[in-house]
Amino acid sequence: MIDTLRLSAEEAMKLVDRGEVSSAELHASYLAAIGERDPELHAYLRTIEASDGGGVPIALKDLITTRGVETTAGSKILAGYIPLFDSTVASRCRRAGLPFLGKTNMDEFAMGSSTENSAFGPTRNPWDPERVPGGSSGGSAAAVAAGLAPWALGSDTGGSVKQPASLCGIVGLRPTYGTVSRYGIVAFASSLDQIGPMTKTVRDCALLYRIIAGRDPCDSTTVDLPHPVEIPEREDLKGLRIGVAKEMAEADGIEPGVRDAVDRAIELARGLGAEVGECALPRSMRYGLPCYYLVAPSEASSNLARYDGVRYGFRASEDDRVRMYERTRDEGFGDEPKRRVMLGTYALSAGYYEAYYGQAQKVRTIIRDEHARAFERFDLLLSATSPTVAFRLGERTQNPLAMYLSDLLTIPANMAGLPSLSIPCGLSEGLPVGLQLIGPQFSENTLFGAAHALERALAFDYVPERLR
Amino acid sequence: MSLTREEVLHVARLARLALTEEEVERFREQLSAILEAVGTVGELDLADVAPTSHPLDVVNVWAEDEPRPSLDVEEALANAPERDGNFFRVPPA
Repeated sequence: MIDTLRLSAEEAMKLVDRGEVSSAELHASYLAAIGERDPELHAYLRTIEASDGGGVPIALKDLITTRGVETTAGSKILAGYIPLFDSTVASRCRRAGLPFLGKTNMDEFAMGSSTENSAFGPTRNPWDPERVPGGSSGGSAAAVAAGLAPWALGSDTGGSVKQPASLCGIVGLRPTYGTVSRYGIVAFASSLDQIGPMTKTVRDCALLYRIIAGRDPCDSTTVDLPHPVEIPEREDLKGLRIGVAKEMAEADGIEPGVRDAVDRAIELARGLGAEVGECALPRSMRYGLPCYYLVAPSEASSNLARYDGVRYGFRASEDDRVRMYERTRDEGFGDEPKRRVMLGTYALSAGYYEAYYGQAQKVRTIIRDEHARAFERFDLLLSATSPTVAFRLGERTQNPLAMYLSDLLTIPANMAGLPSLSIPCGLSEGLPVGLQLIGPQFSENTLFGAAHALERALAFDYVPERLR
Repeated sequence: MSLTREEVLHVARLARLALTEEEVERFREQLSAILEAVGTVGELDLADVAPTSHPLDVVNVWAEDEPRPSLDVEEALANAPERDGNFFRVPPA
């Protein structure tokens, strides 16, 4: 019997390569684990019974278009939509021989930080089912943490890979913008959306990134990787300069237990030979969140205009065409997409464009410049990923602004188009704390190396205590 | 920053959302609070700063104009909520 809770994707790959287990047997073992534990967690919206390919199976967030398999992005407005094509990341996984386990739950259109905004019910955190797994890629995070998938793909716009990885005690990478194709990804905010790996180990993360990264003629915003992806082996941090931004370390709302775990990780980094110093990101931290909540909703209001009930998905029954559009959208979208579409429509409307959207685009330049200055002195920046550990279901659903603060620390790097990665660095109140590492554009290999050295030294046990 | 009911209805109309009465009031309150929070970007004097619309310095990506196979009619209509022959059927305007 395969212990899916502990098995890393790399170990699974070795079992398959040595002929000890077949890919189909692996797939069946994960489906059995899903049958056992997913009724409680609801990480999956649907599973896929057929096992195609000879490799290690994978779970895909439900905004990743899969030919012939329903793809809803967690929204009622796409319920029943069966795509006619594969997204580039799905076809790259297929080409690498990774069979699909299923499609994972998410906040509707990736808008949220708890997976409670799914039209199909929330996902629960494997460490404590009374708590959220984070979001929007909460289904993928919970699946990996609970041994319901060896690895998974999520998407990250404001922190939707990093924050759920943090809350579920796994590794999550938000790659440099443009290194992973968005072709066939249900769009939320196109200048920010990126697909990223969610895994148990840093090496798994690099292995999966190597499969999905690279230029794609179907997405003109993609670029060639300047260096091939290296699978990390680094065990020390000698010669590495790590910056800790004062404004991130001291941000309002960081729980003491989170701060302690991050401080311990910083000490550990020093012990491994890193030079740690203080840096400043005052405007990125003060204006990052407001900037994001203007840019992302503006782009969303445009991207979500396509859902009109004409060509696919849900349609409300009405006798008048405009009424049909309006009722389809009111009944098909949940509250969060409606809020963001209206916010974005307002920010882009005549008379407000310059004050809101135009100004936010300029703030984005300031955030990029501030990070570029920090990287003149440091190779990497380090902070907590989420200000808090996993919170209780229902705790933030009535207050959108409180929910938005979940991404306070992940948003600035995203606005700047930088790669960043979250690894678990300890527990607070029995729940995982995530450590965020941020690097300059295309520095994934450095991130993987540093994260691997820290991961070894931290020796975090990624199997949730209650499932051991 | 407090939105009026009329402003919410105007934005909802632009976004083609037929809000219920309950939604109009709820979104009015929530959007007012959010706009207040995001409005802080206005504190900065950025007259001389260029806007960023894209995180990478990539411009004008060209591709050859090569015809490739596209969906056939049956495939294109496969997800249609309602069809009429080779057309998507919608209610009259």
